[in-house]
Amino acid sequence: MNMTRREWLRSTKLLLLTPAAAAFVDRLCGDTTAIPDKYQMAQHYWGMTIDIEKCIGCGNCVRACAAENHVQSGSFRTWVERYHVADWPADQPIVDSPDGAFNGFPPMADTGGKSFFVPKLCNQCEHSPCVQVCPVGATFETPDGLVLVDQSYCLGCRYCVQACPYGCRFIDEAKQVVDKCTLCYHRISKGLTTACCEACPTGARTLADLKNPKDPVHEFLRNNSIQVLKPHMATGSKVYYRDLDESVR
Amino acid sequence: MFALIQGVEGFMYPNETELQWSILIVFYPYITGLVAGAFILASLERVFRVESVKPTYRLALLTALAFLLVAPLPLQLHLGHPERSFEMFLTPHTSSAMAMFGFVYLWYLTAVLVVEIWLDFRKDIVMFSRTAPKSTRWIYKILTLGSQNISERSLAIDDRTGWIVTVIGIPSAFLLHGYVGFIFGSVKANPWWSTPLMPVVFLFSAMVSGIALVLLLYMFLMRVRHQIIDMRCVDTMGRYLFYMFVIDFSLEMLDLIHRVYEADESFHTLDFMVHTRLYFSQIVLQIGLGTLLPLALLAATQVFRISAPVRRLLYSLAGALTLIGIFAMRWNVVIGGQLFSKSFLGYTTYKMSFATREGLLPSIFLMILPFFILWGLVRFLPPWTTEDSEPLRAHHGGVS
Amino acid sequence: MKDVVHLVRLAALFAVGIIVFLVARQMIIPAGFGKYGHFRPGALDDVRAKPISFAGHETCEACHDDVHTQLAGGKHAHLACEACHGPQAIHAEDPAKVKPVLPNTTQLCPVCHEASAAKPKWFPQVISKDHSGGEPCKTCHQPHSPAFGKEAAK
Repeated sequence: MNMTRREWLRSTKLLLLTPAAAAFVDRLCGDTTAIPDKYQMAQHYWGMTIDIEKCIGCGNCVRACAAENHVQSGSFRTWVERYHVADWPADQPIVDSPDGAFNGFPPMADTGGKSFFVPKLCNQCEHSPCVQVCPVGATFETPDGLVLVDQSYCLGCRYCVQACPYGCRFIDEAKQVVDKCTLCYHRISKGLTTACCEACPTGARTLADLKNPKDPVHEFLRNNSIQVLKPHMATGSKVYYRDLDESVR
Repeated sequence: MFALIQGVEGFMYPNETELQWSILIVFYPYITGLVAGAFILASLERVFRVESVKPTYRLALLTALAFLLVAPLPLQLHLGHPERSFEMFLTPHTSSAMAMFGFVYLWYLTAVLVVEIWLDFRKDIVMFSRTAPKSTRWIYKILTLGSQNISERSLAIDDRTGWIVTVIGIPSAFLLHGYVGFIFGSVKANPWWSTPLMPVVFLFSAMVSGIALVLLLYMFLMRVRHQIIDMRCVDTMGRYLFYMFVIDFSLEMLDLIHRVYEADESFHTLDFMVHTRLYFSQIVLQIGLGTLLPLALLAATQVFRISAPVRRLLYSLAGALTLIGIFAMRWNVVIGGQLFSKSFLGYTTYKMSFATREGLLPSIFLMILPFFILWGLVRFLPPWTTEDSEPLRAHHGGVS
Repeated sequence: MKDVVHLVRLAALFAVGIIVFLVARQMIIPAGFGKYGHFRPGALDDVRAKPISFAGHETCEACHDDVHTQLAGGKHAHLACEACHGPQAIHAEDPAKVKPVLPNTTQLCPVCHEASAAKPKWFPQVISKDHSGGEPCKTCHQPHSPAFGKEAAK
């Protein structure tokens, strides 16, 4: 079988025997991911915990995400929903999310029943239905647990938008490709937390690294009653809610 | 308290309010459905020996080709980056039903349809390469692939090969259109779409629309050419149309009854949607005018003794209504599936634009284009020769 | 043979087409595709290379240690600096170049603290017009240590 130029160059790496030279050769071949950096994908498996009792619906997370990720107006990588569940009989909650809670919520008068806020974002599913349907591999699951979009490869067919049960994907109008929450991969791979978790005033949202034995997520999951959105879809959602009411859609 | 977005009622997830798949995506399955249906009709004669439909054999194949050539166009217009669509050939993601489009389309177009048409028309192609005017003779010459051999034996071999191609073509046609049904049917996030019946319903409605199209085209073209319409052929097509329609309708009713009976969490929102936003397209167009009425008209032709002119009128009416009804069915699936929120708490509206990339105007153009292509094909490879009134064509000898 | 020569040529056409396709595919397919999964590995770098807007409170604390001490004792201890001050990564890069504008407390504080039946009961919330009659919040509350009774802001 014919060797490609890439393969031939790779084979010469053995002769060079130094990591620096090897990295140089990899770069020459266009394979930039071989450049050694401090972040090792194999050491992490990301998710998030959200404590409903702590969410005050301020919308800081929505604004912070929009600022950090330059999200186009009218689309949302994250948003907050406000639920009002009337006292019995209450077969349907009343839900709103004005502009995704970009400007928080207008105050609500007390009309009995119960109310709460539910922040939502991409659930970074382990068995992601959106990845399953992408025809070309433009959206994918990373080894460190994220679901990302390759915006220079995406066709803009929108099949993944249809397949997501949570409504967290949208089309970037300017680029005509799909966009969604990346769990601030550009931040978490540098040791920072996500923009939404950074901005959350009450600590309702917390980044979780499931592979890190010292991460507080393990105690959180062990000590609390945990729910995910739409569990019957078996998407392997990695956004874990505490105190999520059954009325949440 | 409700979001004041125009056209939105109740609550929708903030990213859901705009529809993702437009009328172009309604037309795509409609077009491939016509292709599959026309091809199956052609295969009735070729493989299943229903010789009464032989007068429509070549016409059905050319119709399938005309529509197949247009089929990728609505998809290309819809894509955010049509220039990247070749990626489906480079790195098809095998878990995605949509990924098979590139290869299935290419396979069906080249290895099935074009080869079958070429094999069936080869004698005519060779004749035309000798007799056609200079301006077009070179095209025929290329198509002969350098062989002027139209001996009995070579034509018999062609015939046998064509039979094999048709046999392979039938599941290929099912795949070409069935995968579209699976694209919708496998989306667990959408309860309007998610059902194992979806590919089957798509296929049967495809066959219904394909037969109706060829039936109408045959009667129309024979009229235009002042030829006698072969009633035995038309009656057979009408009969098959009726059978397919009964199966199609039964499947759709089964889906409906099942939904109403089980009344799962999505039921109330879908029910409301059908009774409001989808009332005209579903109840009136698809079920009423598009299914029940044509079924009644076709049943009448099966049950009562009716004169040929009246039968032709009934077939024309039934055929036209069928084509409208099957289009409405595609609309109801594609657009209907996007009108309700996945939270089951709200609805949006489809604001169809007119003269934009995904608007009504390009869609109308795309629907008319195949007829122009068919007209060109019929002139280039006439399905009928001047000896039109002769009985069954001799070169199908051996397999009749 | 001459009876099937056209079929042989047809088959040859198909074979040539397939070979051309395979060769073209090898040339065009993105580098390293499939290395970590069914995607282009360069996409990981593309996402990781995005610019950062929020510096993160640890970066702020490196210089603003005094504020950090003030916060640590009070009710806003767990609040990140940029939750109120907005994204300051540019300022953190070159503090002299960009001086952040202080937020207006009359507008900022009610975002969290304006009373609403939807907010959890444990959370301190007031109806601002009854509570302060339109006075800026910092008249009585020091934002970095807001509990009433401490020194008011300057």
